[in-house]
Amino acid sequence: MPTVHFTDTEGTTRDIDANPGDSVMETAVRNGVPGIVAECGGSLSCATCHVFVAENQLDELDEMSEMEDEMLYGTTEDREDNSRLSCQLKITEDTDLHVTTPETQV
Amino acid sequence: MSTTQESTTAEAAGSTAATAAGTSTTHTETGMLIVGASQAGVQLAISLRGTGFEEPITLLGEEDHRPYQRPALSKEFLQGKVDKENLIFRSAEYWDEHDITLVKNSRIERIEKKPDGSGTALATDGQEHPFLRIALAVGARARPLQVPGADLTGVSYLRSADDALDLKGRLDEFTDVVVIGGGFIGLEVACSLHGMGKTTTVLEHGSRLIGRAVGEETSDYFLKAHRERGVDIVLNSRVESLVDSGNGTVSGVKLEDGTFVPAQLVIVGIGVIPNTGLAEQMGLEVDNGIVVDGYALASDGSTIAVGDVANMPNPLPGSPEGERIRLESVNNAIEHAKVAAYSVSGRREEYAGIPWFWSNQADMKLQIAGLSMGFDSTVVRRVDDKGKFTVLYYREGQIIAADCVNTPLDFMAVRAALGKNQQIPAEAAADPDVMLKSLVVDREDTR
Repeated sequence: MPTVHFTDTEGTTRDIDANPGDSVMETAVRNGVPGIVAECGGSLSCATCHVFVAENQLDELDEMSEMEDEMLYGTTEDREDNSRLSCQLKITEDTDLHVTTPETQV
Repeated sequence: MSTTQESTTAEAAGSTAATAAGTSTTHTETGMLIVGASQAGVQLAISLRGTGFEEPITLLGEEDHRPYQRPALSKEFLQGKVDKENLIFRSAEYWDEHDITLVKNSRIERIEKKPDGSGTALATDGQEHPFLRIALAVGARARPLQVPGADLTGVSYLRSADDALDLKGRLDEFTDVVVIGGGFIGLEVACSLHGMGKTTTVLEHGSRLIGRAVGEETSDYFLKAHRERGVDIVLNSRVESLVDSGNGTVSGVKLEDGTFVPAQLVIVGIGVIPNTGLAEQMGLEVDNGIVVDGYALASDGSTIAVGDVANMPNPLPGSPEGERIRLESVNNAIEHAKVAAYSVSGRREEYAGIPWFWSNQADMKLQIAGLSMGFDSTVVRRVDDKGKFTVLYYREGQIIAADCVNTPLDFMAVRAALGKNQQIPAEAAADPDVMLKSLVVDREDTR
């Protein structure tokens, strides 16, 4: 089963089973993972599902759209090179993704 | 947890069964009874746990669905890009783990409340829900169209998952659709259906689109953009009647000027009416929604009212004393529920969230930060001539809002500035080559 590993700023990691086709954001929200707000429900409008992706896994991800890129400039915690909006990260059969959630989203 | 059985019973009981049973059951007293399981009610339950509220929480929903998110109903869901499962807020395990009891198919018809805030809510299926504290997150209902023929088969509203499921199931039955109402819902549905190959006409009563939410420049842009994409839009239209095809189904819309627009489907999106019936029955002050103070408390000082149904003090910094507003938005439902949770937990915080809204229409993204009510001047930033622009709204020289069309950078800058009670000077803001973020300065007067 695909898995997403969410690590918060205190170092606690939650390993969440995920469904192929869902987004990383949906996986987090449905399981109540702290640190992901996702006010807009995944329509790329709010930038409150910001995550930092493990550096060695960045290449596995689809490229970000111009819209996601612009939205990332508005995140509450400043973006880094490995920043993504988790609503844009789709789970596939062999996803085993490690992400860190920022200290705050709003 | 002691409440599992209630939830099982409610899930097993379809609406018919519940009515037919006619039995009266009194449940164990809950710490917080939340009436309404949409965005605001759900968020209140979650935030109460987040702020350390330890009593049992019961969340009552009227529909036969687990609590779900609404915004996608008119867009991604209708277009088949996401299914219902994607819209569910939380897994069943989450509610169990947090001692939050979900009750579906429950419609409260009367609330008996004592001065200390406790009481009992009586549901139409005979169930009684005693509570120590109650919250009304009862939202709003679609405003009904009142013209001859409005009850014909083929006339739909789009407010709930059932509405959307019904509409999706009938997509093959029509080729021509009329949408009555050129607001957010109407335009989103029109775009979705037009994108699926339907001949689509939007009838707007007013002189411009999305008139309640955006200024003229933004309205004009969307009018032109939708027409270019092939959606027919009629402004200043006066619907006289919906026409019967002869067998009780709609065949089109007749306008007062004699025009007939054929349609096998008519979708009505002409606004909503706040559900204030229970509040009125409880004797709470009601005025375009349930009147609440800055802590989401109704006029009795103990009942909580949150989200679309609440008429609250304008939360924007610097807004005039006594100005009130009722907001219909996801963002407000969430932020207002957080305020209520703090209020209940004795950690009162003034509502300081910045209202914002979004609407995705075809390939266009509209993001609105703040509230433009009461603006006295605007600045238009035209980033390019291909549909990227921002309108900034000012009131007595202070920025209060922005309509951002395909300009998320501007949206983020304005939302952040408003949140920090900062200012974006109008003189420099018109130059689209200058990043708005670089212009933000602290306000001189701070309330």
